[in-house]
Amino acid sequence: MTMFGRVAFLVLRKDATIEIKSLEILSTTLFFAVSCVLVFAFAFVKEGSIVADASAGILWIAIAFAGTLALGRTFERERYAETVRALLLAPAPRAAIYVGKLLGIVLLLISAEVMLVPLVALLFSAPLFARPLLLAGLLVAGTVGFAAVGTLFAAMLVRSRTRDIMLPILLYPITVPVIIAGVRGTAALLSSPPDEAIAGMWIGLLLCFDVVFVTLALWTFEPLMTE
Amino acid sequence: MRRAFVPLLAIATAMFMYAPILIANAPYESTMGLVQKIFYFHVPSWFAMFTAVFVCGVESAIFLFRKKPSADRIAAAAGEVAVLFGLMGLVTGPLWGRKSWGVWWPWDARVTIALLVELTFVGYLLVRKFGGPGADKLAAAMAIFGMFNVPFLYVSVDIWRTIHPKTTVVPTLPGGMPGPFWFSVAAFLLLCALLMTARAHLEHQRAALDALYLEEE
Repeated sequence: MTMFGRVAFLVLRKDATIEIKSLEILSTTLFFAVSCVLVFAFAFVKEGSIVADASAGILWIAIAFAGTLALGRTFERERYAETVRALLLAPAPRAAIYVGKLLGIVLLLISAEVMLVPLVALLFSAPLFARPLLLAGLLVAGTVGFAAVGTLFAAMLVRSRTRDIMLPILLYPITVPVIIAGVRGTAALLSSPPDEAIAGMWIGLLLCFDVVFVTLALWTFEPLMTE
Repeated sequence: MRRAFVPLLAIATAMFMYAPILIANAPYESTMGLVQKIFYFHVPSWFAMFTAVFVCGVESAIFLFRKKPSADRIAAAAGEVAVLFGLMGLVTGPLWGRKSWGVWWPWDARVTIALLVELTFVGYLLVRKFGGPGADKLAAAMAIFGMFNVPFLYVSVDIWRTIHPKTTVVPTLPGGMPGPFWFSVAAFLLLCALLMTARAHLEHQRAALDALYLEEE
């Protein structure tokens, strides 16, 4: 394995080990996502049934909000243990550290989604599993795009005093395309019959977004993280 | 640009004084009536905003990779100018929409994109102001990401709208309208450049003053 891959894997393994031991971020993120779903249910459920397409929106808003929380927490942990400096001082390519962190957050969010999607499907009787592969494609591509931007900004904000308020300010305007693509793609899958062409097109857009923003993040991580 | 500033300012002033005459004499659009004249400053302010967004993104990248503090100051100036022109577009857009579609906010693709880009750069200004130490780098990243996000916003919002019933009136320019329109565009772009220069100059002066204070201490 190359140096780059090894560093990324080690960072990922470190984060995963801590998380599996405590389950702190996964459990809090999941709880928050479920609360989000419930709050939105009160707004969109009318006489026992849900407004058309709303379940797609609820799912993605829950992912985005809970994702922001998870992003903040993963770096908060580094800050408490004062390991940010250690990570940055390590004789390793900075971009590899970013990739490791990104993979950790993507895995975390996908584990949360695995539990969140059936819940949304059940609560709103949404046929989310009609095209499981396309839905999985949308979720993975969307999560990678969201986390690619989020990981970079959260890492930059570690040293900032106002990080709690700054992360959403930075993150949401930039990730609007992800939300639109995710919601519209999921809504296309929920229509009867599921519109595969439109869902596929949104996955394509998400993949382009992922490629551009992961490249940008790798490119800017080094100059952004120097003190 | 510094030496040409005053003559260019005079030209811009003359252009903005002459523009109302030109716009008033432009052909009267029969369905939209007088409201159609909004077009002559709505679209140019949109052009000016994107010019400023582009300048802000490019200068931020220069600041981040070449570590030139002067580029950061130009980026800050461009960010403010972008928000200013964006605000103009966002105020005049609904005025047009009210007359054309009967609602203030039609969720038309272009209006929505304008709002989102505006939001990105308002965020940029907020980060600059309240980001604390290191905010300049944070803001630079926001500007670069914001610039690269524009095509994605454009495509996603455009598709989002076109899948649904569309109520857009595509502005095709009949004879007699392109002249005043491009005149307005030129005037707005010139104003945009002048504002950015003046604002960047202020930032440069501030930095120079800070350097002097430091020297004194």
